[in-house]
Formats: sequence, structure tokens, C-alpha cells
Amino acid sequence: MSERKNSEAADKAEQSLETREFSVGEILKQRGVSRRDFLKFCSAMTAAMSLPASFAPSVAQALDEVKRPTLVWLNFQDCTGDTEALLRAANPTVGEIILDILSVDYHETIMAAAGHQADEALETTITKYKGKYLCVVEGSISMKDDGVYGCTSGKTHLEIARRVCGSALATIAIGTCAAYGGIAAAIPNPTGAVGVRDAVPGATVINLPGCPCNADNLTATIVHYLVFGKIPAMDSKGRPLFAYGKRIHDNCERRPHFDAGQYVEHWGDDAHRKGFCLYKMGCKGPATFHNCPTQRYNEKTSWPVASGHGCAGCSEPQFWDTMSPLYRRLPNVPGFGIEATADKIGLGLVAGVGAAFAVHGALNALRKDKEPEETKEG
Amino acid sequence: MPHQAKYKRYIWELPVRWSHWTNVLSITILALTGFFIGNPVSFGESASDFTMGWIRFVHFTAAYAFAVSVLSRMIWSLVGNDYAGWKAFFPFLTAGGREKMVKMLRYYMFMDKEVPETVGHNPLATTAYFALFALYILMILTGFSLYAEHAPSGVMHKVLGPMYSLFSNQGMRLAHHASMWMIFGFIINHIYSAWLMDIKEHGSEISSMFSGYKFTVKKEK
Repeated sequence: MSERKNSEAADKAEQSLETREFSVGEILKQRGVSRRDFLKFCSAMTAAMSLPASFAPSVAQALDEVKRPTLVWLNFQDCTGDTEALLRAANPTVGEIILDILSVDYHETIMAAAGHQADEALETTITKYKGKYLCVVEGSISMKDDGVYGCTSGKTHLEIARRVCGSALATIAIGTCAAYGGIAAAIPNPTGAVGVRDAVPGATVINLPGCPCNADNLTATIVHYLVFGKIPAMDSKGRPLFAYGKRIHDNCERRPHFDAGQYVEHWGDDAHRKGFCLYKMGCKGPATFHNCPTQRYNEKTSWPVASGHGCAGCSEPQFWDTMSPLYRRLPNVPGFGIEATADKIGLGLVAGVGAAFAVHGALNALRKDKEPEETKEG
Repeated sequence: MPHQAKYKRYIWELPVRWSHWTNVLSITILALTGFFIGNPVSFGESASDFTMGWIRFVHFTAAYAFAVSVLSRMIWSLVGNDYAGWKAFFPFLTAGGREKMVKMLRYYMFMDKEVPETVGHNPLATTAYFALFALYILMILTGFSLYAEHAPSGVMHKVLGPMYSLFSNQGMRLAHHASMWMIFGFIINHIYSAWLMDIKEHGSEISSMFSGYKFTVKKEK
């Protein structure tokens, strides 16, 4: 029984291997994507990678010729939000193209296979294309108690990640959970959740944090790999510089209001209706690196600040703990009540010091001192 | 006390005084502009105004002045006279220093009546200055790290790289605010103590920070 299944899986892998021989350009033609749409896509990707427009023809040429890469997509402790972001990408060509140019051999949410068949597909892919396939990880990995809090098909996520990411060409950690542990890793982190880099230290990991990750950044990362044959330049937190190299605050469309001194003071006030700066409403744009202001979400329709809500800092490590409270500028001071801000505590400290010295001064005014003996010698 | 005589002695060299008053000025400007940056008032009439822009510019300029001043003072503690020297800031390391500290503390706590005679720094004050300089360095490092984030590929961001692993971005802001309040606490203490010792020691404590001269019972060696 299982032998037959094995041979079936092998046949399937054989077939997909044949289609893989076609170049991306040919596949797109077969799928009915017009040349015009393809070039539009290439221009959009060139812009997303922060390359000058003159690079668009090179991108198009490279994508025309490149062989489609194999990709497996693993879901761990997640909400499938990044998969949703990708599948619901409004721009039809982006969504189509990413699925068309990639040979997605394993993706629990969208694959037809289930159960043992799915397991076999994954097993076949990682054996056949050892060291050559790309792996996308969505969700954090539980480390506590040998990772028993997150299992798929009887194996812990930690075990799967070490095996699959360990022999991948590169792993793309999509979303903040896969990159840094995300919400699952927020204090008190009951499952000991971590990102891929911490769970599989030896793997080549590209972090694409965001909640959810912008699907355009995922596509651009893959296109970058296809065009240049290497992974993009990254910052100290493992994020591609083309997407995370600038602070939200420095590219924000509301920045002129910040510099001018025009701030929203309350939700729904006149300043809010006029689209002034959300700094005083706790916007974490000054603390967050992401290309939201330029790339935006959903076919460049909008992003949080454009729709009148401050940035939550979702693409930074431990954002759930370090960026809270969301509607205040500063974090709460540990050990003090929720309402005690750093400045209130500071003011109390200064008042206390002032009072103490006032008392000391009063006592000093009352006391009679003795001059040092030498002073009296003439 | 008819036969009293004190000797005039040059204690605070010019760089020490310059550094002190640059710190006073820059800390005042930094605190005032810092308050505004932390909790701004909507002064802007139109989007073409530059209220916050200018206030931040003043903050950054004062920050550079402050950093240069603190750094110069630290260098002067290696090349200046003994009163300015780094050893004065660690009185607790020597037996003599510890004895003076205890004496000073007993006087402050109303346990002794005799006013201790200090030529250069008061040993308790230098201990506080040591903590103060640690705060200054924390302030400078967190401040410039936050400032450098506008250019993450720049030299300053690279040099301050370890700061971004030590602190979360918001944690850095919190430390920057908290340090300011601690410096305020120090300033109250500092002005009060200078005033108190000026009255008690009769050594021209306060004016010495302008002129450099103090009056002491001991003659210059």
C-alpha cells in the first residue's frame, strides 16, 4: 500500500521536474499572462527592490530565462495571515506570477494533497532538491519542552524546521512570528516560541517581518534571488535593506505635519480629520523600519498611517512587548502602575529630592558649626 | 575670629570651568527642547511651518556641544591638574579618600559639628560626579543612537551598532527620559550643596567656578 503511494509520489515529482525545465517566461506565456502584464510586474518589482528603473529590462530578461525554483511553505505557530496576504494580493499578476514562477511543492493551506500524500510530497522535494530549494516559514517555532506545543503530522515544528530549513538553499521567514517569534513569543511566551534564526542557527534565513508581511516584499525577495542569483543585502536584524532600510517616520506622508508641529491630540478631533501627524497618539513610525509608506498594502491602496491609525511597529523584534502601549509614546515603567509614565515618576523623584534638600537646608540654617582649628591660626 | 587668614589658590583650570558652563547651558537647552520633542505642542499654523524641525535642530546642536564638552572634560582628567584628575573621582579607592568621605557624610548627617576642609573637590561630590558622568554617557549614547536612525546605513549608526542590540528602540527612549530626570535630581543636589558649602566653608565655593580660585587654610605646595 505505502509502496504504491511512494511510487505515485515519485511519478508526480518526475512530472513536475519536467515542467520545471521551462523558463519562467515560457510558463507565463503558457498561462496566458500577457507580455505587457509581465513587464509591468518587472517594473513594479524593480521599484520594490529599490533599484533604478533602468534595471527593469535586466529583471525582465533574467526572469525570462531563469528556471523556476522549487519552494516549500511551512506553517508553524501562526494565524495563516501571511498566506492570506499573499493569496489575496489584489494585483492579479503579482499573486498569479508568484504562484506561477515558483514551483510550490508543499503548502499546507493551498495544496490539494493531504495526510501521508502531503508528507511524501515534502519528503520527496527535500530529498530530490537538497540544498537547491527555497523554504518559506510562516509562524513561530515552539522550543519549550522539546517543542511539543507545535506539531504537524506527529512531528514537532522544531524537528521539521531543522530538517527542512537546514538543507534548504535559503529560508524566508515570512511575518514577524517566523522572523522573531511574534505574538506567540510575547511575555510570558508559554510555548518558548522563537523565530527561525534562533531555532535553526545554521540555516540561511531572510527575515521578512510584518504583521502580515507585505506580499510585494516576498515577491521582490524571490525575484531578487532569481535575477542576481544571491540573497539580498540585509540589516543586523536579518531583513533585506531594500524593504527595511528606511524608517517609517522618514518616509511618512504625514512627516511634513510632524516637522511643522501639527499633531492629532484626540481621536476624531479636527487635526485627525485633517490628516495631521499621529506622533502624540503613540505612532511607532519613529521606531520602526519598513517600506509601508512607499510600498503600501493591497495594490498600494493604503497602510495604517494613511488610514488614520498610528504605526504599531509590527516589523520590529518583540514588538508586542516593546511597542506597547500602542497609543502612548513611551513604554510603561516596569514595577509601577499602568498609569505611571516615566515622566510622572521622574517628576515625583525630582519633587522628593527637592523636598529632602529643603529640609536639610532648614536644619543647616539652625545649627551652629565649629570652624576647623587651623582656620583660626593666623 | 580676628586672626583668620586663608590662602588664595588656583584650583579650577580654564577647561574645567568651560566644560562646566557648557554643560549647564547645553543641559538646560537639551531639557527644554527635549520636553517639547517628547510631548510637543501643536504650534504649527500650516504644513509649511518648521516648529518641530527647528526645535529638533536646536536639540541636536546642543547635543553635539554637550558631547564635545563631556568628552573634553574626560580627556582633561588625564592631562589637567590633580584637582581635575581622574583619581579625584574615585575617592573610595584609597583609605585616605574613604576617611574624608566618612567625615563629609557625618557632617551632612548632622553627626559632626566641624566643617571638613576640602581644597579641590569634595569627596562625596566626586562620587556623585562619577555616577553623573555614567548618566551623561548613557544619555549621549542613547541620544545619538536614536538620532542615527534617520540614516541606518551611515557611519554613526554602524559605530553605535551594539546599542541597538542592548536596547529595544522604545527602551532607548525610556532610558533617555529616565536619565534626564535623574540628572534633574542631581542638579537640585548639586546647587544646594554648592550653596551650603559656600556658606559653611567660606572658601568661595560658588565663585570659584567662575574665577578658578578658592580660599583655603593650606598654602600652595
